[in-house]
Amino acid sequence: MATQARDAAIVGIHEYPLRDVEGRVSPLQIKAESAAAALADAGLTWSDVDAIYDAGEGGGMGGLTIAEYFGLKPNVIDTTNVGGSSYEYHAAHAKRDIAAGKARVALLTYGSTAHSNVQRIGAGGRGGGVHPADNMESFTGMTLIANYAMVARRHMSQYGTTSEQLAEISVATRAHAMRNPQAVKAMQDLEFLDIRETTVADVVGSRMVADPLHLLECCMISDGGGAVVIAAPEVARDCAKTPVWILGSGEATKYPENGGDITVSAAAQSAPQAFGEAGVTPAELDIAMIYDSFSITVLALLEDLGFCPKGEGGAWVEGGRLRFDNPAGPALNTDGGGLSSNHPGMRGIFLLIEAARQLRGESTSQVAGARLAVAHGNGGMLGSRHCAGTVILGRD
Amino acid sequence: MSESNRTPSRPLPRLDEPDTGEFWRKTKDKVLGYQHCDDCGTIVFYPRRHCTGCLGSNLTWQASAGEGTIYTFSVVRQSYHPFFRSLVPYAVAWIDLDEGPRILSNITGVEDPGTLEVGQRVTLTWEEHDEVCIPLFRPARE
Repeated sequence: MATQARDAAIVGIHEYPLRDVEGRVSPLQIKAESAAAALADAGLTWSDVDAIYDAGEGGGMGGLTIAEYFGLKPNVIDTTNVGGSSYEYHAAHAKRDIAAGKARVALLTYGSTAHSNVQRIGAGGRGGGVHPADNMESFTGMTLIANYAMVARRHMSQYGTTSEQLAEISVATRAHAMRNPQAVKAMQDLEFLDIRETTVADVVGSRMVADPLHLLECCMISDGGGAVVIAAPEVARDCAKTPVWILGSGEATKYPENGGDITVSAAAQSAPQAFGEAGVTPAELDIAMIYDSFSITVLALLEDLGFCPKGEGGAWVEGGRLRFDNPAGPALNTDGGGLSSNHPGMRGIFLLIEAARQLRGESTSQVAGARLAVAHGNGGMLGSRHCAGTVILGRD
Repeated sequence: MSESNRTPSRPLPRLDEPDTGEFWRKTKDKVLGYQHCDDCGTIVFYPRRHCTGCLGSNLTWQASAGEGTIYTFSVVRQSYHPFFRSLVPYAVAWIDLDEGPRILSNITGVEDPGTLEVGQRVTLTWEEHDEVCIPLFRPARE
């Protein structure tokens, strides 16, 4: 541990509390409010920021629009957009830029009104786009959920994984959500029925949306947003909160290939980079913040991150291993995840935020003495083309 | 576009898309094409102008016999798309053609798509439209 580089740390976080803004707040306004709150959390202010990382979801000309909107003139602008994994990329790039001396205080923000806009993220058909891959696929009516469901189907066929095993992921996540007042309010505001802890039987008994995925294996569609402030060590030392160090990162891409294995995600390529740089192994991690668009996403990513061998995830997650109070495994998505707390379309920033909360000791499902966490974002679609961003975080 | 009725229809591919337009133009004659690199042997699919295996672009079109295997599939039971919502439940599948390409399509001709299986053999069947035919698949005869 002593040899780990401490080049940059998360020093400020904010999760926008509302999941249904009823059309009264714009994505840009959510970003700005969250940025101010995260800077205040760090004990910093707007003028300290010299680097902006932005996926461009607020519209306009990416980095230029957001800089003017915030009233900043940053030295570094990075507009990487790789869907829901953008924020893991941003954190990795912020660390790289800070280590290179190009920046001292980096600001990452996210804002979305997907719920208010009635965006059919999951069950919408894809438009007749002009990208060559779209032109080959949009005639099929493959919904986003079906895209992921095809990974689940193949995983079941190839490894014997069951719906009951996949349901364990939904059950553990909901248990954590019920301990998080913000998540409970989210489910109320989004009019979830029967808001309570769930069982495996509840999940497999819920309506089938796209075989073999059931309703309770699918994430919500909320409004929301947040912000993360990342700073150089000399800044972090004087900040208000315990620094959460970025110890390692990895990036990777996956897309359909003739003869390829759909059960293996890009995480299989990004994880060795991240764990290698951090000098830790999955078994040492206390917290697993893993993009839970669907149950199968988490199962495949747990395997690819190296928590268990490929194909053995089903048995591995059984018996509540992922619950925050079960020391046999890492605590999964302790904020309640995209399944039960917050999914406005690109959830990656919340993975960083809740990991930081855990390492500060501020989670509503706190793991005692948590020291190491992984935030893994999967952007795009698991069953076809996606990007992976793995970030390993630790505290002193 | 000439149709004046409002019956929703399947979203059709564009015939002028620079990389994949040729694939669709061939379907008018019910040819399921894929590209083969004559320099390095790579099968390129989805179609492109360049080879993804070597630095060349010496690609020639070949025709698939239309026989393949279901690699994986899902049965869509909920869709908000005006056409596909009228079709539910329907099967979407990745199909491994015997020649190598993996193609996304629908499996038709089954009463209950929930009874399909990974590894099942399927055969090409064409859905005819004005300027294009859509390659769909049905379970192969035993």
